[in-house]
Amino acid sequence: MKRENFIHVLARVSIFLGVLWFSASSLQAADMIQIKGSDSEVNLVQNLAEAFMKKNPGTDIAVTGGGSGTGIAALINRRTDIANSSREMSKEEEEAAKKAGVMPFRIVVATDGISIVVHPGNPVSKLDLEQLRRIFKGDISNWKDVGGPDLKISLYGRQSNSGTFVFFRAFVVKADYSPHMMAMNGNAQIVEGIQRDKAGIGYVAVGYVVSEKGEVKPGVKILRIAKDAQAEAFSPVKMENVMNGKYPISRPLNHYLNGKPSGKLLEFIKFEVSPEGQAIVRKQGFFPVQQQWVDFNKKEGVR
Amino acid sequence: MNEIVLEEGVKKLGTRAGVQQIGSQRLKEKLIEKFFLLNGMLAILILGGIFALLFFKAYPAFQELGVIEFFGSPVWNPTSYSKAQYGILSLINSSLMVTLGALLIAIPLGVACAAFLSDIASLKMREILKPAIEILAGIPSVVVGFLGIVLVNPMISRVFGVSHGLTALNGSILLAIMSLPTIISLSEDALRAVPPSYKEASLALGASRWQTLVRVSVPSALSGIIAAIMLGMGRAIGETMTVLMATGNAPALTFNFLEAIQTMTATIAIELGEVPYNTTHYYALFVIGLVLFAMTFVVNLISDLILQKYQEGER
Repeated sequence: MKRENFIHVLARVSIFLGVLWFSASSLQAADMIQIKGSDSEVNLVQNLAEAFMKKNPGTDIAVTGGGSGTGIAALINRRTDIANSSREMSKEEEEAAKKAGVMPFRIVVATDGISIVVHPGNPVSKLDLEQLRRIFKGDISNWKDVGGPDLKISLYGRQSNSGTFVFFRAFVVKADYSPHMMAMNGNAQIVEGIQRDKAGIGYVAVGYVVSEKGEVKPGVKILRIAKDAQAEAFSPVKMENVMNGKYPISRPLNHYLNGKPSGKLLEFIKFEVSPEGQAIVRKQGFFPVQQQWVDFNKKEGVR
Repeated sequence: MNEIVLEEGVKKLGTRAGVQQIGSQRLKEKLIEKFFLLNGMLAILILGGIFALLFFKAYPAFQELGVIEFFGSPVWNPTSYSKAQYGILSLINSSLMVTLGALLIAIPLGVACAAFLSDIASLKMREILKPAIEILAGIPSVVVGFLGIVLVNPMISRVFGVSHGLTALNGSILLAIMSLPTIISLSEDALRAVPPSYKEASLALGASRWQTLVRVSVPSALSGIIAAIMLGMGRAIGETMTVLMATGNAPALTFNFLEAIQTMTATIAIELGEVPYNTTHYYALFVIGLVLFAMTFVVNLISDLILQKYQEGER
């Protein structure tokens, strides 16, 4: 009696496990494209993916955030097909990829003008790169030193897994950030913080604060930025300022894949850089791929 | 249990089957006993396992950097632009700041509430208040953290005239709310355990109810109240999500409650998700975990010792 029971249970468990294994393996076989990484890119790529899925029924694309560092780590661990990265891969990451047998393949899908946002009540409306550098390094800690009111600056930044955190540090600060900089979870959280903080300053991807028509999100002000103290200051709100390089803090938004893609993956990437895909990029407040990166994509065989 | 077995055995005495059955029943009982022993040991095994894991994961970091790197500097910056630094003093300081701040708010509120519940409130009042306090304990920490962002944050900036409220004070207020249920219900138990004769004697001697509460009830329940506070403290120091959301996460060393801070728990939560495995940074996060574990362990141990002493005193 008891032995029979045991056999019954064993049979049931093995059937259950078998079904589980079968469904898991069939899931993997399906046409599911996994995209993971940059918080700056997540909304943009999600919209591109939705448009692509509408045109190609039967294709499933899942886009998640987590930060550029998280996306690249997932690519190296083969847990994602595409890593969104708003910065270039580091040497360490390239080595780790090589060790894991992953051959990083880079493609540029859009251009971002990293926007410096402050509270609308802040009278300061432009800064140069040197002032910006010293503010985020912590050397300038009061708005009165850059022509504002006598108010302690509160710095809004990102956590270290963010591509924007790494890019802005390498491109603008060129040193460690001030230890007083608050580490926020994403672009949206920085915007929300700035809206409430009249002494705040933060850096976000342009798509989070500007619409296609160049309207700035209510509750924040975007600063004009100059290359140096003598140069004219430009705003990232106007597309031509970013495209011709007059706005000094722009960057390409990247995909990293494992080797040159084929099939559905390649189709999706081609769709992204097509005029149709680039129109969606524009609609999300970001800018089309700059000419030098169009040439780069072409050289990699994606046009 | 044994008697029943014996009785049944006596009934079947003389038959071979009966003797066999007694034997198998004894064996079964032994096995059941062992099973419960194993269950009892499980908690100790898990505790030991966690400690061993933390220690072995943290050890490579100590080996590589030395102990002084961790405890000799307040600069925590493992993903630095120039040189990685692993000082955890500012993180420990931040954790202690929010915890002590929380206790400063929660102790007077909690003990007063417990005194009200045990000595003053009517039965009906208590029946409403007690479950309400227990529900307070069940609010998820992420919800409390959200309240910190949308409610406490603007309140602090308005009241103290600072530009934003994502500060140590915000964390303290939220942690106080979270540790209140523990402090209230355990303190109330302690106050109720004070023998009625104490209070009666005090009242008979002409003391007012206030005097009786402050000079008789609370002092005689003091060890229980202290144990309640320590347990509340253990809850506060290990809390992660709430402080991660509400304290701004700036790793600077500060003693100002109106500045952003980054606690040990928030550091682990932020960085463990993105750190490459088996790197120095990875092991360093386990060092933080080990220190945190040691701190909560000591706090819980002290509260246990006090509670034990208190129960002995009762006997």
